[in-house]
Amino acid sequence: MQFMASKQPENSLLGPESDSQRTLYPYVTGTSVVALKYKDGILMAADMGGSYGSTLRYKSVERMKPIGKHSLLGASGEISDFQEILHYLDELILYDNMWDDGNSLGPKEVHNYLTRVMYNRRNKFNPLWNSLVLGGVKNGQKYLGTVSMIGVNFEDNHVATGFGNHLARPILRQEWHENLSFEDGVRLLEKCMRVLLYRDRSAINKLQIAKITEEGSTISQPYSLKTYWEFSAFANPAQGAVGS
Amino acid sequence: MTKQQANWSPYDNNGGSCVAIAGADYCVIAADTRMSTGYNILTREYSKICKLADKCVMASSGFQADVKALQKQLAARHLIYQHQHNKQMSCPAMAQLLSNTLYYKRFFPYYSFNVLGGLDNEGKGCVFTYDAVGSYEKVGYSSQGSGSTLIMPFLDNQLKSPSPLLLPVQDAVTPLVEAEAVDLVKTVFASASERDIYTGDKLEIVVINADGIRREYMELRKD
Repeated sequence: MQFMASKQPENSLLGPESDSQRTLYPYVTGTSVVALKYKDGILMAADMGGSYGSTLRYKSVERMKPIGKHSLLGASGEISDFQEILHYLDELILYDNMWDDGNSLGPKEVHNYLTRVMYNRRNKFNPLWNSLVLGGVKNGQKYLGTVSMIGVNFEDNHVATGFGNHLARPILRQEWHENLSFEDGVRLLEKCMRVLLYRDRSAINKLQIAKITEEGSTISQPYSLKTYWEFSAFANPAQGAVGS
Repeated sequence: MTKQQANWSPYDNNGGSCVAIAGADYCVIAADTRMSTGYNILTREYSKICKLADKCVMASSGFQADVKALQKQLAARHLIYQHQHNKQMSCPAMAQLLSNTLYYKRFFPYYSFNVLGGLDNEGKGCVFTYDAVGSYEKVGYSSQGSGSTLIMPFLDNQLKSPSPLLLPVQDAVTPLVEAEAVDLVKTVFASASERDIYTGDKLEIVVINADGIRREYMELRKD
């Protein structure tokens, strides 16, 4: 890997000096994160897989973490960059606490900070290879936003990263509504995660669901979804074309 | 077969269209609220319009992260101007600032296609139109963004823009009344939404006149 890093790829963004410190491609990656607003706050789901290319290398990666008192951060993409972001946020929250002024950073502020960090790294051509989901509640106001590796950011009632945009968002657009109950929200998220499990090659059947409300955040113990494989077509897949 | 290499582009096009029309004593600025990437819709309710000063509003489409950064830059510079001059920036002054800000990043541009609209110091409507690196022009009306190729010819036809080759130079500020201009904008976006996949969801219209700033919304096609 050392020697490969110094070889210039064809579509290179590097100048004459080969800067081997810049991120060229991700190594250990997490797949989709899906999140939605519900009656009391935000629900977020992500599986626990860390893929190394096509190898499922790590199966207990926590891709969602609480940030401060009011926020929850979920990440897909390069896991080491996610850990770096957590480190930046640790420092951000620390300095916020050290003011000791009774105020604390809300989800909107954390999202804005993350957007600036991602955008600035993109400007230096050394991106943090993540798509982030930031959700939280402060003073009764629910907030759910997302930011991509090049700094594209927005907030909405439901968001997803990666494959979640293709498979989960359409389900959410159809079935999400204002003031979902906790049970309905979890059911809806599980529906999305099940589709992702069936159709996303990098998804694994071990997920966590995180909840954040005015009271605080909880991240569930890992569990798995029930799947159904008894379709008759699966029983004899080559029936229509034996030998293929 | 060579190993698949990941690669990334620092730019993306998040789509959308913007329009601005200047009148004798008003200015209409409008943009759709759809934000896309590739063939996906990211969100249906994202505002591309930003109020820069009391009588100066900017609508921008293109790469959303650059647009956001540009809006923040201009807002910060405006605050400094207010501290130093104890007054709001006029629309023509903001127009020059925007041009300079864009050109500053001539060699790593803001991928942002802007129209600036507002009232000049006499209270007359003015519209400025830009490219991504800051070349700009004061015009009577303009459109930018993914639907601009569909919208601009229609505006040329309806607003009967005088030829820029005529002498003496004729002002392209429209004689239309405010309500008619707003109606034209609605028509124009409804048409653009039919054929431009990146334009749709909702239309946000901002009207600036002597009374202040007014905001209006209209539903557009969601497909």
